[in-house]
Amino acid sequence: MKFRHKHLLGIEELSKEEIELILENAVGFKEIFTRTVKKVPTLRGKTVVNLFYEASTRTRTSFELAAKRLSADVINFSVSTSSVQKGESLIDTARTIESMGADFIVMRHPCPGAPHVLSQRIHASMVNAGDGTHEHPTQALLDMFTIKDKKRRFKDLKVAIVGDILHSRVARSNIWALLKLGAKITLVGPRTLVPERFGDLGVRICHNLNEGIKDADVINLLRIQLERQHKNLFPSIREYKLLYGVTEERLQVAKRDVLIMHPGPINRGVEISQEVADGKHSVINEQVTNGVAVRMAVLYLLSGAASS
Amino acid sequence: MKSLLIKNGHVVDPANGRDELLDVYIRNGIIKEVGKRVRRKADETLDARGLYVVPGLIDMHAHLREPGREDEETITSGTRAAAAGGFTSVCVMPNTTPVIDSQTGIKYIVTCAQTNGVVNVYPIAAITKNRQGEEINEFGDLITHGAIAFSDDGRPVMNSEIMRRALEYTAMFDVPILDHCEDLNLSEGGMINEGYTSTILGLKGIPSSAESTLVGRDIELAEFTGGRVHICHVSTRPSIELIQLAKHQDIRITAEVTPHHLTLTDETVRLSSFNTNTKVKPPLCSEMDRQSLINALLSGTIDVIATDHAPHTNIEKDKVYTEAPFGLIGLETAVPVLLTDLVNPGIIPFSLMIEKMTISPARILKLDRGTLSVGAVADVTLITPKKRWVISAKRFFSKSANSPFIGKRVKGAVHGTIVGGRLIYLQGKMLV
Repeated sequence: MKFRHKHLLGIEELSKEEIELILENAVGFKEIFTRTVKKVPTLRGKTVVNLFYEASTRTRTSFELAAKRLSADVINFSVSTSSVQKGESLIDTARTIESMGADFIVMRHPCPGAPHVLSQRIHASMVNAGDGTHEHPTQALLDMFTIKDKKRRFKDLKVAIVGDILHSRVARSNIWALLKLGAKITLVGPRTLVPERFGDLGVRICHNLNEGIKDADVINLLRIQLERQHKNLFPSIREYKLLYGVTEERLQVAKRDVLIMHPGPINRGVEISQEVADGKHSVINEQVTNGVAVRMAVLYLLSGAASS
Repeated sequence: MKSLLIKNGHVVDPANGRDELLDVYIRNGIIKEVGKRVRRKADETLDARGLYVVPGLIDMHAHLREPGREDEETITSGTRAAAAGGFTSVCVMPNTTPVIDSQTGIKYIVTCAQTNGVVNVYPIAAITKNRQGEEINEFGDLITHGAIAFSDDGRPVMNSEIMRRALEYTAMFDVPILDHCEDLNLSEGGMINEGYTSTILGLKGIPSSAESTLVGRDIELAEFTGGRVHICHVSTRPSIELIQLAKHQDIRITAEVTPHHLTLTDETVRLSSFNTNTKVKPPLCSEMDRQSLINALLSGTIDVIATDHAPHTNIEKDKVYTEAPFGLIGLETAVPVLLTDLVNPGIIPFSLMIEKMTISPARILKLDRGTLSVGAVADVTLITPKKRWVISAKRFFSKSANSPFIGKRVKGAVHGTIVGGRLIYLQGKMLV
C-alpha cells in the first residue's frame, strides 16, 4: 500500500489503512532505538523546519530527534526571536522558510486550520504538530502505537478519554483514530468541557468518572488548565479533582490490566494522582519513546508521497 | 432628459401585482407608462426579450466603509458594485471612522454620494454616540439631514435601558432601529456557529442564544415602548420563532436575512478548509437554521433580503481563521446566488425574491422607491435568468474580494441597471 498524502494535517482525513501503515512503519523505526548507532540515512539531504508558535518541549524535541535519526537537517525556528515579532504574517514567514529550501515544515499554531491554510500555499510538506484545539495527529498516532503495542487490537477496546475534551486537540485526533480503528470511546468530564455534539460520531458521553471508566481497557487523561476555571467552565481545581481526579482507588472499576495514558505535561495530584502516574498501569513514559518512532514513520511516508 | 422604452420584458412588480410581458416607458427619469405594446416615440429603445424587468433593487444593509477605510471600499467603488449587482439604492451603515452619529457625518455621506455615487445612497445614523452604547444621538436632527434609520450595527446595544430610551424616543418619528442582536458575553471569542462543526474543528462556537436572547429582549422593548425594531441579518431558528410570535401579537417588528445565511451553513467552513471568507457575524448556521430562514421568508416572518456587504482587503482576510476579521461582500453576488440556489430549484418564487429586495425594504424605510408604478422614479433592474457563469474576483467592481462564492457556478445574472431613468450598467460594463 502506498501513502498518498503529502501533508499530515489531521487524523480525520486518514483512512484506517493509512493509520495502520504508519503504525507498521513505526515498529521498524522503533527497533533502531535499540541499536548502538540510532540513525538511518533515509532523509539525508532533506531539511525539516520546526515552526512552533506555541510553547512545546516534548513535541518539538520529539520531532527534532525523529528528523535527526533519519539524517535530515533540522532547523528550530523560534517565533519569539523572529520577524514574527515584527508583525510578519504566518504565510509570509512560511514562504520565507520554504525559500530557504525546507522540505518539511512541522508547525504548531494556536489557530485551528493554520496548517491547512498554509498547505494550500506552499510546496513543502506540512506536518501539523497541533493546531489550536483542532487536531494533534502525531500525538494520536503515538497513542495508537502504544495501545497496539500493549493490547494488540482495537476492535471493541474500551477507551475512556477523561478531562477537558472541549479544548483538547489530543482528544479530537484520538477520537478520529479510535473510531476508524474500531474502538469504543467514552468521553468523561463535566458538561461544560465535553461537547455533546461528539455524540453525533457515535461516541458515548459520560459525566460521572466511575461510570465512564468502568471496565475500561485504556484511560487517556488530559491536562486540566487553570485558565478554564477563570472562564467559569468549572468552579475550582479542587472540585475538578474531587469529581474527576483519577486515583488508585477509583481505578478499581476499570479492567485489571487497564492502561493509563497521558499526553503530558501532567498535573500531578490534579487529574492524576502521584501513585497512578508512576504506577504499574502507567505507560506515560513509553508514549514519549514511541512518539519519536511514530514521527520518523510520518516523515518517511510523507517524503515518499512528496517525491512521487 | 432622454426617454427610454424597455420593450417585451417580463415585468415583475410585486407592489402592483404585475407578473407578465409588458413594455415600460420612461421619460425625464420617471416611469410614464407600463403596458402591453406601448406606442411611444423614445430616444432609445431597449429590447428586453428574455429578460426580467423589475423595480431597482434596494439593499437596506451595506457597509461602504467611507469615511475611514477607503482601502476596503469607497462610495465610488461601493455604489458601482451595487449597480453591477442590480441595486439602485443602498442604505449605508454608520460604523465608519468616524462613526456617522452627527449632522456633519450625514452631510458628508450625502455630499459624497452626490459627487461620487452612481446609485441612490441613504445614510443610516448610529443609535448611540460613537456606537459606544452609552448615550443616544440627536435623532431628530439626524433625520432632518437625511438619516433614514438608526443602527449601531456591528455591535449590539447591550444596555437594555439605553435601548429602551432609543426606541421610546425614535417612536415619535416613526423611524426604525436596525438591530444587531448579539449578546457579547455569549459570543465572546466565538468564531463560527456553535454545533457539530465547531466541535469537530475546535473553533470556539457562538451559540444561537447569543442572537435570540437579544431578539427576545428587543421584541419586549418594542412592545413596551411602541418603537419600531428591525432585526438585522437574522440567522437562527430560535430568533425566527420569537419574531413569528411577535408578529402574531401585532408587535411592530420586521426582519431581514442575508443571501449567505440563506444558502450557506457552518459546514461550508469545513468544506472550504477554513476559508476566512466564511467568517462572518452572525456566523453561518446549521442546515436546520437555514431551512427555518427559508420557511420564514416564504411565510412572511422575514420581510427583507439584505446583503450586509462588508468589504475587507485581501491583506486582512489572508490570515489564519481566528485572526481574520468578520464579514463578507454581497452586493455583486446576491442576485445570481439567490437565483441559482433558491429560485431556479423552485424553493422560492422569483416574485417573492424581488418583493423582499424592493417594495418590502422601501415600506420599512418609507422610501419612495421599489415599484414600477406610473409616476415613480425610474429605478429599474434587468435580470437575465438564463446566463451561466462562474463568480470570479476579477469581475468585482468592489475594492474587496472577500466572497465565499468565488468559484461558484451560477445561472442568472444582472443584465442592466437603470437609476433615475439612466442606464448606468449593462452586461458587465459600467457606463458612468
